[in-house]
Amino acid sequence: MTQNLWMNILLSIGFLAALGTVLSVLLILAEKKILNYGECLIDINDGKKTIPVQGGSSLLSSLSENEIFIPSACGGRGSCAYCKVQVKEGGGMIGPVETPSLSGDEIKNNIRLSCQVKVRSDIFISIPDEIFSVKHFTGKVVHKKPLTHDIIELKIALTKPENIDFTAGQYLQIETREYKGREQVSRAYSLSSVPSDTRSVELIIRKVPEGISTTWVFDHLKEGDPVNFSGPYGDFRLSDTDSPVVFIAGGSGMAPIWSMLRDMKEKGITRTAYYFFGALSQRDLFFLDELRSLEEELGWFTFIPALSHEPENSGWEGERGLITDVVRRRLPDLNGFEAYLCGSPGMIDACIKVLTESGIPEENIFYDKFA
Amino acid sequence: MEQAVLSHSFLSIFLIFVSAAFTDNILLARFLGMCSVLGVSNRVDTSLGLGAAVTFVTTVTAALNYGIYYYLLVPLNLEYLRLITFIVLIAAAVQLIEMIMERVSERLYFALGIFLPLITVNCAILGISLFMLNKPYGFLQTLAFGAGGGFGWFLAITLISGIREKIDETKLPSGLAGPGITLIIIGIMALAFVGFSGMIKI
Repeated sequence: MTQNLWMNILLSIGFLAALGTVLSVLLILAEKKILNYGECLIDINDGKKTIPVQGGSSLLSSLSENEIFIPSACGGRGSCAYCKVQVKEGGGMIGPVETPSLSGDEIKNNIRLSCQVKVRSDIFISIPDEIFSVKHFTGKVVHKKPLTHDIIELKIALTKPENIDFTAGQYLQIETREYKGREQVSRAYSLSSVPSDTRSVELIIRKVPEGISTTWVFDHLKEGDPVNFSGPYGDFRLSDTDSPVVFIAGGSGMAPIWSMLRDMKEKGITRTAYYFFGALSQRDLFFLDELRSLEEELGWFTFIPALSHEPENSGWEGERGLITDVVRRRLPDLNGFEAYLCGSPGMIDACIKVLTESGIPEENIFYDKFA
Repeated sequence: MEQAVLSHSFLSIFLIFVSAAFTDNILLARFLGMCSVLGVSNRVDTSLGLGAAVTFVTTVTAALNYGIYYYLLVPLNLEYLRLITFIVLIAAAVQLIEMIMERVSERLYFALGIFLPLITVNCAILGISLFMLNKPYGFLQTLAFGAGGGFGWFLAITLISGIREKIDETKLPSGLAGPGITLIIIGIMALAFVGFSGMIKI
């Protein structure tokens, strides 16, 4: 009786083990045989670069294995829609995960989500040239300096690689670490440091209530901690013309402007420039002294801070009112100007309306929208 | 093993298919496979894809499980392991089918393949494999039972999603929106399907 019981136990364990082994081996073999696409070529920008990859992975991961980093925030799940690239040939059908993220025009232009395109054959894509210079960096937090009650300046010294090459106005993607059950995410922040400083980067970050990334930066990231990020991304940059410039930004939107202004000073560019800095009240202003001394030093630069919610009797002597009204009041005629905006979508849309009314054609209005 | 009680005539196979699809509808009479119905039944085209994938998988896995049950488990006296064996076998089969589909046809993969990982753990599929053992079916009859069961689920989710698409345009009390109204629809449809019961006895 006992012997029978033991036999039974052994038999059932043996059976399940055998079944599991047979099925796993079968699946592994099948994956090797069926999903083996051999070596495929990724042709980038009409033969500018051709990279051989092992077929079967997504275009996004095949590219990042070869040090070409397409922006991506969701980790390849197809939900952030940052990783769009033009796939001219070999991309296959548009999958159901992609459809909601692509507009009719994008579908016509063969734009695809690179995380959803599988490399199954030779594939021909085109990406902006800047992406070639995007790298992955590790760095160490040098300081987290409060600028206002809800904005900090984060300075990161680069450890590997040790140098970064970027244009004023570009942005980085910081990778958060997991904390308190919140997943790891990547978020974009504009560089506020000067491009001539290649050994470290500075960012201006405003705390978003309940934001996964900013909560991590404000509450969990400490001075001395390692940080991973990639960049530089983006085509928000000063044009090469001599036209006078109007900058409009509020809060952490100052970052790219702060970088551009100091870059202009270093390079000896003397285009007439106005900077309208919109804030709610005096406690939301920062870098006032730095900007005022820049204004005194540079004949071509005018700094105009404006407060929209400052109490009447506070002793503030500068401009008051919505930033759009202040721009209209101070510079009613903007013919021949270029405009550079950085801020929330609502603020940018309102500014574009006022600026076009004052005579700037839309193609001369450049902006960086925080989404 | 009294497999051959029912004759292998075309009629019996047809009757098994019909009864599995209608009188014993896996979703509406047995209430299995409910989670994917609640999740995916808001659009007809996705329901069609998922339903077709389930039908395909129930047929294939019913056949596979039939083989492994009668030719391995029964001779080894290991019938009590059927539950875990079926689960493992279904998972592996679904994975394999997904790989083959992806390789063979992209169109087929996007129409059916993307649903396959979703239905690995669909209880309707395991349910059909387990229920088929209650009757002394032969191989062809098992195939008919698997296909019929899957088809019944396909039919049910397609009808439900059709109704839900109509309802989408109507205002509902907020407490009823989503899964709430879906469960009510399923309940009413189940009552309708009770009308089929007793029509065929196999």
